[in-house]
Amino acid sequence: MNVIETNGLGKCYGRTWALRECTLAIPAGHLAALVGPNGAGKTTFMNMSVGLAVPTAGTVTVLGDQPVGSPAALDGIAFVAQDAPVYLNLSAGDMLHLTRNLNRRFDQRYAHERLAGLGIPLGKKAGKLSGGQRAQLALTLALARRPQLLILDEPLAMLDPLARQDFMATVMTSMAEDGVSVLLSSHALAELERVTDYLVLLSGGQVQVTGEVEDLLACHRVLTGPAAEADSLARQLRVVQARRGGAQAHLLVRTGGPDDPVPPGWEAHPVSLEELALAYLRSPGAEVLPGPSLVQHTEPTEVAR
Amino acid sequence: MEIDKGNSRAGSSSGSPIEFRLDPASGVPTYLQLVQQVEHALRLGYLKPGDQLPKVRDVVASLTINPNTVLKAYRELETKGLAAGRPGQGTFIQATLNQVALPELTTLRRPLLGWLTAAEAAGLDEDGIVALFTSVLRDFFKRRGGSADRRGAVNGETEDVG
Repeated sequence: MNVIETNGLGKCYGRTWALRECTLAIPAGHLAALVGPNGAGKTTFMNMSVGLAVPTAGTVTVLGDQPVGSPAALDGIAFVAQDAPVYLNLSAGDMLHLTRNLNRRFDQRYAHERLAGLGIPLGKKAGKLSGGQRAQLALTLALARRPQLLILDEPLAMLDPLARQDFMATVMTSMAEDGVSVLLSSHALAELERVTDYLVLLSGGQVQVTGEVEDLLACHRVLTGPAAEADSLARQLRVVQARRGGAQAHLLVRTGGPDDPVPPGWEAHPVSLEELALAYLRSPGAEVLPGPSLVQHTEPTEVAR
Repeated sequence: MEIDKGNSRAGSSSGSPIEFRLDPASGVPTYLQLVQQVEHALRLGYLKPGDQLPKVRDVVASLTINPNTVLKAYRELETKGLAAGRPGQGTFIQATLNQVALPELTTLRRPLLGWLTAAEAAGLDEDGIVALFTSVLRDFFKRRGGSADRRGAVNGETEDVG
């Protein structure tokens, strides 16, 4: 099942396209990272996926072909917007009461246990909580709805390192225990390295790279060798980014896989997720989009591997 | 707060004799670090057949990593025949790694020392010796090698390339 599937999706504000020709499929069971610079279209993409914005062009479906805004989609998706908004004048307990009454499904016991475990008193006003506690409160309200898909817009931006770790531990636990799929947006790639297993890279309102992190890392490498040969080599390979000094050159290339032969006289190095993403963001012309086979990735293939 | 909870859970009630840690600077993929730590614990006797590996949810919460990474590591251990999953209970150690007795190790050491002396006499320094040994070792296991062995060698290689 794909948790989000889009076809030619686009959103135009006035004359500016915030997102255009976005075609992708995010399979269930992943923590997918939506990455890109400011203004790349991340929030627009999320808003259209949850029904807070209406597409100008194309289509988006969720949770295996359900239309956005349908009862199944509303019940199955929980969304925490940027900066974890809660009503600052309401107490944590009131927020719980409100959320329970605004939703068809709400696990009251889970919410109470989590807040108690985190040491967040029910009587305390949300405005008096620390940034980390407020984020945890918003996350608890979202998870108590028992969603199949959790969408988080920049959830870590306002948190200190300890709060980030606690927050992500909660998200990872809900993945492990309840099989929740997650889509989160962030600029901070380095800290996503261990948690993300699916990447969607947006740049200038378009999808530039999408795929399983493992597959993406396996089909990219950095070649280091003599600068004099770099140009002739670059003509034979798909170079994403080239950096060269007087004598030595580094080429970040896309290969057919880890077994592709290394050109004689060159050394191959694996790439990290951050290196890969930055290289693509700096080379707007390059893109990796999944072929038809990649789009149809479902759990069986995942398990077989 | 979270950390304390993690520790107390891991301390007594989690049921696994080992606890994973990650080395962010090693460059080894996370799942492979978990596999290697289990193998290491088996060689050193921290783990024995019948022991339970840490539960996926506990690993995920204490290391803040993707559950699919832990599942991949445990699948790899199953493929290697070292562990087996029991539905609803967790993953348990099934076999132990071949351990060679001490006298045999001593016997094996001697010719290696002789070779090292020869290598030094030929002009290789320590780094040169390590490079030569690693390259021969890799070739050796690549050329022959059962399925499990080869898998390990191939995995090792992908991240050694750099």
